[in-house]
Amino acid sequence: MNAVSQKQKRKQKAYSDYVKQITPTHSLPLNMLRAFVTGGGICVLGQLILGVARGRGLDTDTAGTWCSVILIFLSVLLTGLNIYPKIGQFGGAGGLVPITGFANSVAASAIEFRAEGQVFGIGCKIFTIAGPVILYGILSSWILGIIYYILKLTGVM
Amino acid sequence: MKTQHTAGASSFSFPEPVYVESAASIVSKKEGEGPLAGYFDRICPDPMFGTKTWEGAESALQRETASLAIQKAGYSPKDIRMVLAGDLLAQTTASSFGAAGLDIPFYGLYGACSTMGEALALGAMCVSGGFGKHVACVTSSHFASAEKEFRFPLGYGNQRPFSATWTVTGSGAVILGDRPPALSVDNAMRTDAGCVALSGITTGRLVDFGFKDSLNMGACMAPAACDTIFQNLQDFHRSPGDYDQILTGDLGVIGTKILLDLLRKKGIDLSENHSDCGLLIFNCQSQDTHSGGSGCGCSAVVLASYILPKIASGEWKRVLFVPTGALLSKVSFNEGESIPGIAHGVVLEHREAEE
Repeated sequence: MNAVSQKQKRKQKAYSDYVKQITPTHSLPLNMLRAFVTGGGICVLGQLILGVARGRGLDTDTAGTWCSVILIFLSVLLTGLNIYPKIGQFGGAGGLVPITGFANSVAASAIEFRAEGQVFGIGCKIFTIAGPVILYGILSSWILGIIYYILKLTGVM
Repeated sequence: MKTQHTAGASSFSFPEPVYVESAASIVSKKEGEGPLAGYFDRICPDPMFGTKTWEGAESALQRETASLAIQKAGYSPKDIRMVLAGDLLAQTTASSFGAAGLDIPFYGLYGACSTMGEALALGAMCVSGGFGKHVACVTSSHFASAEKEFRFPLGYGNQRPFSATWTVTGSGAVILGDRPPALSVDNAMRTDAGCVALSGITTGRLVDFGFKDSLNMGACMAPAACDTIFQNLQDFHRSPGDYDQILTGDLGVIGTKILLDLLRKKGIDLSENHSDCGLLIFNCQSQDTHSGGSGCGCSAVVLASYILPKIASGEWKRVLFVPTGALLSKVSFNEGESIPGIAHGVVLEHREAEE
């Protein structure tokens, strides 16, 4: 029994390796360049908003809030106009990682599940993609908080 | 004991041929921009098909296609003994709200993208066994409802890998019957040369190579296609040359390569007369569909619009149609199960006109 499953595992592995070998993939350097340009572009836009807000006499915190709000709004708007998916397809993680990617994942789910109703559609499914980010984001900040607390108690920090 | 019509280990042939009485195909915009644009019955530019939801759209599309096939055969729904329909949605709801709505006795099927093969096999058995003179086989898929069912919301900005296929928005319907259709200008299933008969079936087995990448369906299904084609040749004592064409469902670029490699290892060369519906329906480069088209609608619309008319006209004398399916669900995938494939073989032959 064990020998058979070992043999089968080897066969499966051989097939998987063979498929991997013949399947074309996105070129990594090209993808990284695209991600850099896309993600960088979004950050430059953010910096621009920040600069303008600061120039109008807002303090750093308020200017930062304006920056986030405007970027999120733009991302949601572009998602609704079906433009953001194209940015994501082009830029990969460059479109995914900034705050705009998070907003896109929430807005896309809301649009998709709207037909299933306000509660069971939008309400239950709006965080289908963003949910894990929120959950594990909170969990990791919680763990870091405890570490920080212990380090402070022991006088390291 | 009953007379058995089985052939070999998993095939059977029909004592009397089962005829294709009519076939219809309706697709959406992207398919209508592809290489087969001139073959489809209708190209509907509205992806919602006049409804408010993607699921509703697929149902409307499927019902419309089934009605069109019935109409082309010169029948009304009450002439059809039963409808065998399937799609990709959970609990096959596109069929329950689609072809089932025609008030014809209904069986819902699920064979993922191989469903057209399953429907034709069971439909032909019904006709051949004397359980109905006219049986409708219908399948559909819709890009948006399939993305929603299996992948991400449409507006989500993710990057599709090169191995991914593009779900066809389209529906194909075939009416099977116990006699050839009459000559008619609207019905390409009967030409001066003859018509199409369904002569044999090879029922597919589940084939699982332990592969788990749901964005590389071609690699999940190619082993199943290989198994079914090999079995069909064995069971009917044929060589690939006995078929003018062997057409798989939606293996795409990568799956096709794997299929040819796997069969070559078994000593069979298919490179001469193999095509894949997923590669025929789109221009992978210019339409950015990556590995090709997929979905139950893919093989069904290519069958109805492109393959069957070529057999009816006598351009192809014998064809092996092998729609392929990947039997996964979102849950089985998340729970780490592999993705088993299945493929059914349908032998279609040109029959000369008798009158």
